[in-house]
Amino acid sequence: MLTVADLLTEAPLFAGMRADHLELVAGCGRLARFDEGAELVREGRPADRFYVLRSGTVALRVHAPGRGDIEIQTVHPGDAVGWSWLFPPHRWQLDGVARDPVAALEFDGVCLRAKCEQDHDLGYHLMSRFAGVMLQRLVATRLQLLDVYGHGSR
Amino acid sequence: MAAAEGAPGGAALGPLTPRPRRVLRRRRETRDTVTLELEPDSGWLPGQFNMLYAFGTGEVPVSICGDPDRGDRLLHTVRDVGLATAGICRLRPGDWLGVRGPYGSAWPLRETAGRDVLVVAGGLGMAPLRPVLYPLARRPGAAGRVTLLYGARTPADLLYTAELRRLAAGSALDLHLTVDSATTGWTERVGVVPALLESAAFDPANTVAMICGPEVMMRFTVAGLRRLGVPDQAVWLSMERNMHCAVGLCGHCQLGPAFVCKDGPVFRLDAVSWMLGLREV
Repeated sequence: MLTVADLLTEAPLFAGMRADHLELVAGCGRLARFDEGAELVREGRPADRFYVLRSGTVALRVHAPGRGDIEIQTVHPGDAVGWSWLFPPHRWQLDGVARDPVAALEFDGVCLRAKCEQDHDLGYHLMSRFAGVMLQRLVATRLQLLDVYGHGSR
Repeated sequence: MAAAEGAPGGAALGPLTPRPRRVLRRRRETRDTVTLELEPDSGWLPGQFNMLYAFGTGEVPVSICGDPDRGDRLLHTVRDVGLATAGICRLRPGDWLGVRGPYGSAWPLRETAGRDVLVVAGGLGMAPLRPVLYPLARRPGAAGRVTLLYGARTPADLLYTAELRRLAAGSALDLHLTVDSATTGWTERVGVVPALLESAAFDPANTVAMICGPEVMMRFTVAGLRRLGVPDQAVWLSMERNMHCAVGLCGHCQLGPAFVCKDGPVFRLDAVSWMLGLREV
């Protein structure tokens, strides 16, 4: 049976990470499954974990009164869900809902933050990887903000 | 380029004179786009465009968006964005409009033999790329894997979705749709088109990519293709630049040494990459 440590090496987020760091990260992880429609994260609730998807799709949503739930991004196998666990006040900024059955690696953010405090080298490498994810999402969000398909464009 | 036709009374029509054509069918595609089926005209190649003239209103360049092997149908999808396009979008079956063309360069279908094909479309950019899909879907195996990455603002703004899904179901076409935002119920991706590159299956060293959409989208898609190792010589773009005469005389669409109307609109990336990051040309 595959363990978190086995599966960690397949996740792009952890590619190239040192074995001792992978072991520390794996110690805060577990395997998780979600049914279609299950909420992985909900806006305003404590952000004490993050996920790396193994299968399935998670929709990131914002609830807009009068407009319902607006999907602003979908996240797919190999992608990470959640970085609010890294930053105070450790509250989710979005809803994350399983579009279909989801299998994921789930990591305890409190456990990982404590390990990063003890081992700043681990903290640096983990933060670098999350900064890469955030940069990618920021660039995509800027493109969405440009509304490139708007009136008058081809 | 279109040959001049004989006009009633024997006078030759020049390349700037529209030929009257009747609208046979009209189909609303989205909130602001319609597809007109016109009386068939001369032959054309995928990627080429016609100048459509709404009598008494104005003339605009519009890509030909039908099946190149269906000579009995001439299709144009038009977005209502101004006076001339509004006039064209209002036309009903039996109405007349003026047609000049076809003009311009074509997508490199001959280059696709034995290679993976990546078709990347954004918004109305799906229209000039649709003619590429028919022959590729009909001749599976002629090319390698064929992938369409197509994005729009919302699900309601995507063109031809039912037909694209039919094409994908009946052929080896791998269809990836995405939108900038959606309400619940949308089952495809939400995000930008360049992000789809990561999930597409293709061999960067043996791929032909064809891109059409807003220039910003094309710029980021080109950056993504380069990051994945696709050489510029394997990437084609359809540019759009204020085309007016369509025969390289007026200079309105001049892009450095090239005229988009006669040297384009389809260019290989290495010929136009110098201008992709320019703020003004």
